[in-house]
Amino acid sequence: MITKEEVEHVGWLARVEIDEKESDVYAEKLNSVLDYFGQLDEVDTKDVPPTYHVMDVVNVFREDVVKESMPQDIVLSNTEHKKEGNFKSPRIM
Amino acid sequence: MTAWTGISEIKQKIAETSAEEVTASYLETIGKSCINGFITTWDKALEAARGIDTGGHEGPLAGVPIAIKDNISTTGLSTTCSSKILQGYVPPYDAHVIEKLRAAGAVILGKTNMDEFAMGTSTESSYYGATLNPWDAARVPGGSSGGSAAVVAAGEAPVSLGSDTGGSVRCPAAFCGVVGLKPTYGCISRFGLISYANSLEQIGPLATNVADIATLMDVIAGYDPRDSTSINRENTYSNAMKDDVKGLKIGVPEEYFGEGIDEDVEKLVWDAIGKYEDMGASWKKVSMPHTKYALASYYIIAMSEASSNLARFDGTRYGFRADGDNWHVMASKTRAQGFGEEVKRRILLGTYALSAGYHDKYYLKSLKVRTLVKQDFDRALAEVDVLMGPTMPTPAFRIGEKIDDPLSLYLADVNTVPINLAGVPSISLPCGFVEGMPVGLQIIGKHFDENTVLRAAYSFEQNTEHHTRRPGEVA
Repeated sequence: MITKEEVEHVGWLARVEIDEKESDVYAEKLNSVLDYFGQLDEVDTKDVPPTYHVMDVVNVFREDVVKESMPQDIVLSNTEHKKEGNFKSPRIM
Repeated sequence: MTAWTGISEIKQKIAETSAEEVTASYLETIGKSCINGFITTWDKALEAARGIDTGGHEGPLAGVPIAIKDNISTTGLSTTCSSKILQGYVPPYDAHVIEKLRAAGAVILGKTNMDEFAMGTSTESSYYGATLNPWDAARVPGGSSGGSAAVVAAGEAPVSLGSDTGGSVRCPAAFCGVVGLKPTYGCISRFGLISYANSLEQIGPLATNVADIATLMDVIAGYDPRDSTSINRENTYSNAMKDDVKGLKIGVPEEYFGEGIDEDVEKLVWDAIGKYEDMGASWKKVSMPHTKYALASYYIIAMSEASSNLARFDGTRYGFRADGDNWHVMASKTRAQGFGEEVKRRILLGTYALSAGYHDKYYLKSLKVRTLVKQDFDRALAEVDVLMGPTMPTPAFRIGEKIDDPLSLYLADVNTVPINLAGVPSISLPCGFVEGMPVGLQIIGKHFDENTVLRAAYSFEQNTEHHTRRPGEVA
């Protein structure tokens, strides 16, 4: 069972603001899904390796060659919040 | 309503008139649409078609109009994932598949509606409103590529691209009575596809007939170093257009006819299998015992990957930004106001499943169950050439019927998600109607054996009439 407080904590971890009223609703809906997920407990997975990925490809490398990057003005073209070639955001600390 | 026109007829029309006229006629049809299948039409489509006419383009799709799901990046054309958080975002680059389509001469008509960030089975969670099913406007078109399927069914585009993370091409194809392919994982580059659950998803084509699916695959599949999971393997999909299933061995997983399946759907799928028998194929029942756990495993993996993939939408570099006096508050408010309810639920559940104390119970456990599901496919497909079953357990449900109960919507994906966990190819094609609503037959193959799947689908189409029935006018 996920509690209202846990919902608010997870909301903070995921940077999704959740107010107190909403956390009740979320807790109810998330619990019905988590209940369903609980059925995995009945599967015996002892000695079964995890599958992160279905293809047998590991460590895909490329040549370490310098290539041209996207021009700065294009990178910044999707925001109004910019200054001197940088993204501008509120203070972090 | 224009007639359902395949690529070969479009090419003939272009030869008789012009690419510009063909594109113009589709734009006119879109302009009169009342199914809300497109979010944006491309304001340069006519110009692009004119360029094909004057430039004498000889690509395999020269002048052929196509609709693109709104999570596939298109330079200069708004790409929103049907989310408020990406409102106004215009990609500065093309997805790999878009580069390929443009090089082949295709004309992009516009971007189609979808469940927000491809998270859904009904296209009701779009910030831009639900898409309506062309067969019955009171019903959903399926999802998440609901717009891409509905516009093809409604004759607003001859072909389209969608993406399939857990059934998002096949479900709407089934609900809208068109053909949709989820290729083998690694077949098509995901470069420029806005990620939801990257270990599961593939871009896939939708069309009114199997040959057009093969034509599109010949254009969009292939190796791309910009997607590290892209596989270097040559194939000519159109070589599979042969009406021949003699000796084909079909496996029918009994688990795909489980609880919740509509009796009429079940009957139509068995009729289809009977038809294959008449055509010279043989079938036997196979057991895939971990199927019932695939859904939970799929959703935990998809949500976990989503919680990480969607971290980039924080209001800093593009899209919607809310006010906040420090970055964390700004990002939390941006995401609270910019994402819809289902997206937030999946981000929260994914974050929870990956958090300290729950990682092993949910995420790691799901990855182990994924191994068992994949082994079910390996075993079954060692004995037979293809697997067949219903794409969806029911015909399209009503708008509003399930949207308030997330779990009931997830359960509708029971026959499509195991395929994504295993990474195998799967097609949905029309196999009949229940009370006027189309039903999809799902054909699943071995890794990179799309051609057997396509040949089986093509043969069925050549020997049945289901794909020729078209929706009436939606008022």
